[in-house]
Amino acid sequence: MSKPEPRVGLFVTCLVDLFRPSVGFAAVKLLEAAGCRIEVPELQTCCGQPAYNSGDKADTRAIALQVIEAFQGFDYVVAPSGSCAAMIKKHYPELFEKEPEQLAKAEELSARTFELISFLTDVMELSDVEAAFPQTVTYHDSCSGLRELGVRDQPRKLLSSVNALSLVELSDADICCGFGGTFCVKYPDISNTMVTSKTGSIEATGAQTLLAGDLGCLMNMAGKLQRSGSDVQVRHVAEVLADMTDTPAIGAAEGDNRNGGN
Amino acid sequence: MTTAREQILGAVKQSLKKNNPSGDRPDELAQRLSDPKANLIPERSRLPHPAQVDLMESMLIELSATVKRVGSLDEVPGEVIDYLKTRNLPQEVRLAPSKELLALGWDDQSLLKVSTGPAREPDQVSVTGAFAAVAETGTLMLHSGPEGPTTLNFLPENHIVVLRSSQVVGAYEEGWARLRKAFGNGTMPRTLNMISGPSRTGDIEQKIELGAHGPRRLHVIIVEDGNAESGDSAG
Amino acid sequence: MQSRSHSFKENAREAIADPNIQAAMAKMKVGFTGKRLAAAARLPEFEALRDAARDIKNHSLANLDFYLERYEAKVLETGGQVHWAPTAEDARKAILDICERAGAKTVTKGKSMISEEIALNDHLEEAGMTVVETDLGEYIIQLRKEPPSHIIAPAVHVSKEQVEADFRAQHQHLPAERSLSEPTDLVNEARQILRQRYLDADVGITGANFLIAETGTSIIVTNEGNGDLTQSLPKIHIVIASIEKVVPNLEDASTILRVLARSATGQEFSAYTTLSTGPRRAEDPDGPEEYHVILLDNGRSSMLGSEFQDMLRCIRCGACMNHCPVYHAVGGHSYGWVYPGPMGAVLTPNLIGVEEAGHLPNASTFCGRCESVCPVRIPLPKMMRHWREREFERHLTPKSVRSGLGVWAFMARRPALYHRLAGLGIRALAALGRRRGRFTSLPLAGGWTKYRDLPAPQGKTFQQLWAEKQKNGRAAE
Repeated sequence: MSKPEPRVGLFVTCLVDLFRPSVGFAAVKLLEAAGCRIEVPELQTCCGQPAYNSGDKADTRAIALQVIEAFQGFDYVVAPSGSCAAMIKKHYPELFEKEPEQLAKAEELSARTFELISFLTDVMELSDVEAAFPQTVTYHDSCSGLRELGVRDQPRKLLSSVNALSLVELSDADICCGFGGTFCVKYPDISNTMVTSKTGSIEATGAQTLLAGDLGCLMNMAGKLQRSGSDVQVRHVAEVLADMTDTPAIGAAEGDNRNGGN
Repeated sequence: MTTAREQILGAVKQSLKKNNPSGDRPDELAQRLSDPKANLIPERSRLPHPAQVDLMESMLIELSATVKRVGSLDEVPGEVIDYLKTRNLPQEVRLAPSKELLALGWDDQSLLKVSTGPAREPDQVSVTGAFAAVAETGTLMLHSGPEGPTTLNFLPENHIVVLRSSQVVGAYEEGWARLRKAFGNGTMPRTLNMISGPSRTGDIEQKIELGAHGPRRLHVIIVEDGNAESGDSAG
Repeated sequence: MQSRSHSFKENAREAIADPNIQAAMAKMKVGFTGKRLAAAARLPEFEALRDAARDIKNHSLANLDFYLERYEAKVLETGGQVHWAPTAEDARKAILDICERAGAKTVTKGKSMISEEIALNDHLEEAGMTVVETDLGEYIIQLRKEPPSHIIAPAVHVSKEQVEADFRAQHQHLPAERSLSEPTDLVNEARQILRQRYLDADVGITGANFLIAETGTSIIVTNEGNGDLTQSLPKIHIVIASIEKVVPNLEDASTILRVLARSATGQEFSAYTTLSTGPRRAEDPDGPEEYHVILLDNGRSSMLGSEFQDMLRCIRCGACMNHCPVYHAVGGHSYGWVYPGPMGAVLTPNLIGVEEAGHLPNASTFCGRCESVCPVRIPLPKMMRHWREREFERHLTPKSVRSGLGVWAFMARRPALYHRLAGLGIRALAALGRRRGRFTSLPLAGGWTKYRDLPAPQGKTFQQLWAEKQKNGRAAE
């Protein structure tokens, strides 16, 4: 059964845009391989979570309306982040509960919005990828994706199709890494205790690479692993699934690419 | 001057007006009290009565209680003596003043010292009946009254409960039905104890220890007396 | 209880540095959570029961005035007395009056978070009474002169070595050479000591997990049996309950009981669920001669009809804190008042004010684990966010956060400017970090780099690269 090529608007996310564009290109590659036509609206900046989680509803609503406008007309909106996708999918409608007209628009966008990996498996019905990664990896379930969007089995399913990759589960895969957006700088001591517990579990798996689906969590865990002198490399899961692991891992120096596979 | 009662109820009513379009009519609310309906009951206890009794036994054992099944009430005094012997307990019990228990042949047991009434501090072993037992979680239902001093359920270190198999029901809701039948709708005894195993605590480093304040041991003698009591089905 | 919530950050820092607390939390992280998971897995209807429990509490709250009046009528009918207490002070006064009228010298108590909320012990002690906590955990923290650190496991932060030291210091009449190294020894000693206290008591005070409008019954749920000895031996039984505890009937209580213990300790049912209705009857051989119920409002009625109404569904199981990574990091005392963890982060600002407790709803990553285990499905993160909104509206948010947010939001709402400046900033940052791939310190990022490195950006923004790619056909990959 051949489907018409869906038109997908990529919600890049601000962290990928600024810190790790390679994740965005990995997302594009995966989506195109799955048969999507990709566009990247220039009107997007951020999903608004920093304002939303700080109690600044007015700015959040303004940003949400901007995102709603930017992504009009796409069949789907896909973000390489459970957190940003959940913001649009679950929280935008909450912002306009008392305004039927805006609410309808928010709900309409919500219905079209997905996190990247679950979109590939659940909507595009992808069950395997063309990629190789000869390493032992472990996987962290970022909170929003896991609990707000039910992203758990989808990345594991696709990872199991990556050649030469072996996955070791984290004992606390479902427990927050302590990032929490602005939380990690507002409560640095607590965040540090949480991420220290997490990196301890990561080290205990013996994995060479840590993967997850949200760049914020990844930067937090990568930063802590590196600060504590760990050799574990950190990547967004999309990079591995797209077979795009020739860039240095997160926080690694140019030329410090220990991936022997490519 | 408004009373504290008017003040609280007034504030509640005021707040409820804000955000709670009441879909509930007064007569419906009153009916929920006069004619309570069961909510969702787990399938686990929806069993033929003999299987409910088996479930009761296995749940009790899981709760660290001990169980002995006997064929008739006459066997109870002998079983009590055996129990005391195997646990190296003195041959002395405090018996609930229930007609059914008093009628057992305690006098024939010359070894055993039996007294009746509420528990006193030095009592080490109590023997009581039960009102019902809920197989779903191995929960005994005992109520206060002339035949059931509540202190017997908590003060002695060892609590022996004589449970007739017909007293076993599947779910709590069937226990309430029996209670309403015995006491009338909306009426309760002073105390209803739902007991699921011996006393326990996890308050020191989350390690479970038995016998925190109440009985260290709970022993249930299940007396076979036929099927469920008439009037309610086993489900 | 005097609040230390405003110094949450300092409290947390101390707790993080305390090896006893950290060891206790490490144990708790796996203990309660594993048991809850196993109990839930064993009951196929568990999720449906959570829905039913939520609905029952919602119905009860929406008709709270009706059920409170019916409950009161039933208590009076069965010979009990009801004392309405709009404030903590009213509740303290009502209880003190009952105790003084009875000439009480010794008062025993079952565990009651509401009695902590109204600081009852201090009040009775000031009047010259001896107050004895009988729940083992509460007894331990009473000896240590500490508040509880958890709503169902008040001494979860204390090690057995600490308990041993406390018992040796307090129980000096017992032989010094006795062994107290194991939890069993400690439990036995507490049993022995408290036994006499129950018998001496003139008044027994318990809390209530539920009040039943159908029958005028109060319910307590315990594992130790201490609540039962507390309420059945003295002449007077006082129940202290907040108004939102009322549910319509026994069937409704059963449904909620099915999720309570499973969520709390992972037990199918607690060892003792005790239903009390009025004082002892004429023909009863034992039981209290007087039965009093204190109905406390203390701010609850104003939560009704507000965005915090759902919080009144809470059945105090503790699952939210058992599963909270922030609670695991800082322990219960850091929260600074009676109710810790996620439920405390929502409830405490309602009861003592957001000015005092403003940190609590902010100290969350919104990971959502609390909501995912709450037996009555309280949207805890959403309500913490409501507090943040109120703080923002009332300009209680710290100035630095507010101004940083303002600059960022200004940019985020102007995409063209945002992309231009982001491109420039990122290029500069990337140039600085290229060699090492990360920063160990960076101006304005101290909150981040104090504990972790900051990964350096790759060089250009995705938007820049994408535009280049669109322009040059396929170039940038």
